[in-house]
Amino acid sequence: MSETLTLAKALNRGLRRALQADPKVLLAGEDIGKLGGVFRITENLQAEFGENRVIDSPLAESGIVGTAVGLAMRGYRPVVEIQFDGFVFPGFDQIVTQVAKLHARTSGRVKMPMVIRIPYGGGVGAIEHHSESPEGYFVHTPGLKVVTCSSPNDAYWMIQQAISSDDPVVFLEPKRRYHAKGQVNFSARPQPMHQAGVLRHGTDLTVLAYGPMVRTCLDAAELAAEEGVSLEVIDLRTLSPIDWVTITASVRRTRRAIVVHEAQRTLGVGAEIAARLHKDLFYVMESPVLRVTGYDTPYPPSKIEDEFLPSVDRIMDAVDASLAY
Amino acid sequence: MQGQSDKMVQLLTPEGVRVEHDDFEFTGTTEDLTGFLRDMVMARRFDTEATALQRHGELGLWPPVLGQEASQVGSARALLGHDVVFPTYREHAVAMCLGVPMSQILGLFRGCDAGEWEMLERFRNYQIIIGSQTLHATGYAMGLQYDGMVGNPDPADNAMVVAYHGDGASSQGDVNESYVFAASYNAPVVFFCQNNQYAISEPIALQSRIPLFQRAQGFGFPGIQVDGNDVLAVHATSEWAFNRARNGEGPAFIEAFTYRMGAHTTSDDPSKYRRDAETEEWRGRDPIARLTTYLRNEGAVDDAFLSALDAEAKDYGASIRASIATLTDKTMDEQFRTVYAEESVALEEQRREYADYLATFEENA
Ligand SMILES: Cc1ncc(C[n+]2csc(CCOP(=O)(O)OP(=O)(O)O)c2C)c(N)n1
Ligand SMILES: [Mg+2]
Repeated sequence: MSETLTLAKALNRGLRRALQADPKVLLAGEDIGKLGGVFRITENLQAEFGENRVIDSPLAESGIVGTAVGLAMRGYRPVVEIQFDGFVFPGFDQIVTQVAKLHARTSGRVKMPMVIRIPYGGGVGAIEHHSESPEGYFVHTPGLKVVTCSSPNDAYWMIQQAISSDDPVVFLEPKRRYHAKGQVNFSARPQPMHQAGVLRHGTDLTVLAYGPMVRTCLDAAELAAEEGVSLEVIDLRTLSPIDWVTITASVRRTRRAIVVHEAQRTLGVGAEIAARLHKDLFYVMESPVLRVTGYDTPYPPSKIEDEFLPSVDRIMDAVDASLAY
Repeated sequence: MQGQSDKMVQLLTPEGVRVEHDDFEFTGTTEDLTGFLRDMVMARRFDTEATALQRHGELGLWPPVLGQEASQVGSARALLGHDVVFPTYREHAVAMCLGVPMSQILGLFRGCDAGEWEMLERFRNYQIIIGSQTLHATGYAMGLQYDGMVGNPDPADNAMVVAYHGDGASSQGDVNESYVFAASYNAPVVFFCQNNQYAISEPIALQSRIPLFQRAQGFGFPGIQVDGNDVLAVHATSEWAFNRARNGEGPAFIEAFTYRMGAHTTSDDPSKYRRDAETEEWRGRDPIARLTTYLRNEGAVDDAFLSALDAEAKDYGASIRASIATLTDKTMDEQFRTVYAEESVALEEQRREYADYLATFEENA
């Protein structure tokens, strides 16, 4: 059984199924009830499940996350929505100091089965604070899991997997791909959440991306193929933990790798991947791991965001540079 | 006294005289009061031992509860079976009343673990981050509400949550957010603020220009100020607020007006920011002395009782000292294993890396 859905709609269906499957699942966030969220991800869910399960929260991110901690302690599985990436920081302390640490602090006596959904990334012409990629902070924080989907099928399944995880999961939604359509297979067994996906097989170079950049990298691979260069494209899907098995198996074959992300470069996910590949595949690599990323500036005004964001063209330049080593 | 309201609820004067109040009365028996006296004496002994243990290098740090025993015992003794406490790092007397094994409290300050006592379900983990626990308490209270544990005809089916916090914490965003959430959802949570006049060195005047209890009104729930060194008044006001919450009448705020007689922690030097005369003035309001005077005058306790209590406290102190030896340190192996509930391949790799590193010492030995 499958259906063509937008990524946004697939998330809505996934959340709905999670609410149906487990009465302990609750959604909370700003404007998620009557309005269905500013991106309509939770559309109609309050009408179906009631105000005690799809909860409009006061306008306070620390409060949303902090009360979710208490709900999790009470045995609930809260799924909180942060309205936009740039608004997670008022809740950052609760996420990093409380959510992430409670399991370790109590040696496992207290579990934090919480999902923190964050629409993230740029390319939508938004005003400031609405286009950011904060994943690095969360990946750097022990105790959190961080995943991100790039397709409707993954959106549908990964949100449910995140909700059923006994650990806190930061669930990053590529907002500029919310309206991208794709097949959602409701009956096939889903891929495990903490596993990367090889979306396109290739032999010359491995391109590693996640979230909104996956589409851009697939486009680049198409273009490269026309030029006779075979790119393997991997969707990381899981940023914490990172699926080293899939990544190293690919790069061991292609011997070249490029990491692409919107987030700023310094100490980003790309840095960790480069360090790891250099350690594990030092004698195999033909060229250093290259990074195509946002620059180390604040996210720029939207009129110039295309210059900040990795593009097919910049990816192709990196491909050329890698092959020239 | 700055911040002290003429509406402050008091049922026992510092001189040990019982007084009437229009709205509140102590509902317990004289036997309950001797029990409270015993609780406070034991808590003070525990605190004295812990302070000494820190001086002897057995604890890394100790935040004394000295002077605040009535606030904690009076409120803790108003708790019922399903109620849950979200403490700060200073609620030692509350822990004791609830029956938490007190050596496990010491384990946190010794650095053995981060506070993993038995009964975590009732007496949640200590919170070092000022104010965070008030949100956890409020969320938990929302959960109680969803679970149908408020407003039932049989009081035994009801429950509520107490969020303890300090006067300094009242400036934190989280605390103010928790008031908003609690009010909006009418959550069964009582904010029990021990205004001990200081946040480390900062006096209450720096946190609030009005008596703290008045803030509650602005959030839409009742706030009262109580003499925090009067265990009868604390018990009476707590009982009122806790019952309201259990009955589904929503949050309340209690400001227990008290004083931190000791240092903020064993690392602190109060002489830098407060006068001895002030501390002496508060010594005259001591919670244990006034209850002792009252019970003596009532003929409920006598010299024999008090010296037996003293002997019991001494024995208890010795058992606390001895209990240090029973504490075990969390291992690095456990530290790796407890980051996540589910297996983490990435972390397992580092755990093994460390185990291999340790093994190199064994080979050399
Ligand atoms: C977020 C945060 N900021 C600063 C501190 C350092 N600190 C520890 S206790 C304390 C004072 C707290 O005062 P109060 O809330 O009145 O509680 P009390 O210690 O008097 O019981 C401070 C500033 C902290 N633990 N957490
Ligand atoms: Mg204080």
